[in-house]
Amino acid sequence: MTDHPTFPDVVRLTAAATAAAIAAGELSAVEATQAALDRIAKVDDTIHAFLHVDAEGALAAARSVDERRAAGEALGPLAGVPLALKDVLTARDMPTTCGSRILEGWHAPYDATVVSRLRAADVVVLGKVNMDEFAMGSSTENSAYGPTRNPWDTTRIPGGSSGGSAAAVAAFEAPLAIGTDTGGSIRQPAAVCGLVGVKPTYGGVSRYGLVAFSSSLDQAGPLARTVTDAALLHAAIAGHDPLDSTSVDVPVPPVVEAAGRRDVRGLRVGVVRELAGEGYDPGVEAAFAAAVEALTELGAEVVEVSCPHFQYALAAYYLIAPSECSSNLARFDAMRFGLRLGDDGQAGAEEVMSRTREAGFGPEVKRRVILGTYALSSGYYDAYYGQAQKVRTLISRDFAAAFERVDVLVSPTTPTPAFPLGSKVDDPVAMYLSDLCTIPSNLAGGPAMSLPAGLVDGLPVGIQIMAPPFADDRLYLVGGALEEALDARRGHPLVAEAPAL
Amino acid sequence: MGITRDEVAHLARLSRMSVTDDELDALAPQLEAILSAVARVAEVAAADIPPTSHAVPLTNVFRPDVARPSLPAAEALAGAPAAEDGRFRVPRILDPDE
Repeated sequence: MTDHPTFPDVVRLTAAATAAAIAAGELSAVEATQAALDRIAKVDDTIHAFLHVDAEGALAAARSVDERRAAGEALGPLAGVPLALKDVLTARDMPTTCGSRILEGWHAPYDATVVSRLRAADVVVLGKVNMDEFAMGSSTENSAYGPTRNPWDTTRIPGGSSGGSAAAVAAFEAPLAIGTDTGGSIRQPAAVCGLVGVKPTYGGVSRYGLVAFSSSLDQAGPLARTVTDAALLHAAIAGHDPLDSTSVDVPVPPVVEAAGRRDVRGLRVGVVRELAGEGYDPGVEAAFAAAVEALTELGAEVVEVSCPHFQYALAAYYLIAPSECSSNLARFDAMRFGLRLGDDGQAGAEEVMSRTREAGFGPEVKRRVILGTYALSSGYYDAYYGQAQKVRTLISRDFAAAFERVDVLVSPTTPTPAFPLGSKVDDPVAMYLSDLCTIPSNLAGGPAMSLPAGLVDGLPVGIQIMAPPFADDRLYLVGGALEEALDARRGHPLVAEAPAL
Repeated sequence: MGITRDEVAHLARLSRMSVTDDELDALAPQLEAILSAVARVAEVAAADIPPTSHAVPLTNVFRPDVARPSLPAAEALAGAPAAEDGRFRVPRILDPDE
């Protein structure tokens, strides 16, 4: 399909351009889908983004779009656009593994609400993409099915836990992907793969059918190559869902409109003083400073803001998230679904459960379950989990105080560019530092975006934009304007510099 | 606050995960390192600060009490490791000596 007469390279089109071409009859949804499938066939042996490709289902969905378009039906703004789905969201017609052996081959009997909404929007789901096991990790090396590689440098990590989602979009296997973000798992992979990634406000996107890691932090969101594409996907999946009691019944912020406004004159931008300095790569800081300078040139008012408790966010997160995970993962008990081992007619349920969890969970999941069990134990609860919840309050108060002075906050997305595969697998504390800048927004619930800032030695790095809860549109307002300015400065979108695979 | 190899073994038992000796050798120092990193939360004076369990607090979330079709039993059982007579088949749950 790379020989399409009008579009010589269909897979490089943005989602918006793909949908427009389909709506105009210049490209069929089947052609767009087949081009993505061909690209996957060509590059995924190297990248290993996909755990499951549903070619038949994708082509059937695409044919349906083409038929209904031919019949004159009005279709949505993403109709016929291919998408990669993180394997932590259930879809009836595909396996859901969460990157874990314990769910190998499991088919959920229901669709996640995000998936139902994608189908209702006529988005073509190509298949399931790789992730750190149960979304625990920052490199996708914790997948039981092998690591994903960064398309910019295949010896390096694509970030995590939504590494498969980011790699698929950066490798032009799909213009869009869904990821999930508990401590930075959309924004960090987006940053190190040169993409736009957004964690919506907690409660903005339904968690029904999102296999829980840390329920009070998990949130699904878009990854894309442009701010407008991310906004279109955000709008498609967001909104209240009675099936998720933590879903909030407020209107979806006007993200698509905000992405197109391209005007930040007078907008107040706060640079977070605490998210800089020691541990930050000088190249990351330089790219960040250049992006902030671009915001100033666009007429934004940039000031420095202090959020003194952000320095404790990482510690609080690595108590709260493991505590919730130790409880959530109790459902993998070898009784109702998934793996069961050692059921020899002699062993009791507890022993079968213990054998199954021993074989079915990888090292990082075990570390976090044990850590969470410890933090929740009587005698330690107040000192660890209880204290972490109080620090969480103080972080929310830091945000609230900052947002009295400024409209958005900015920081680097990650302290460093992508690191080499294998370099941090045995040093969990070093791995956790990848999430230093992204965790505060998860703890306070506000939305945050990573936008490509530039390259450091040929590797992409991101600028993070943070907004108050339910002001997701501000991310797109700032992101849209800044993307345009940075693209103009370098003469092309950052992702155009990704090396050929 | 340190964490010993025996404590890790105990926590693994509480978590219903068998762990091998090799795993314990690896896990104990890693958990020790993680705990010393997260112990920083104690540096914050927060005695009179209320805890946050959820970023966006909601209370008493109700929906209309309307009957909806439930998941058919066959679909609920389709992913089960073992099923029998329309039910989940599980290993014995009581110890024969008790």
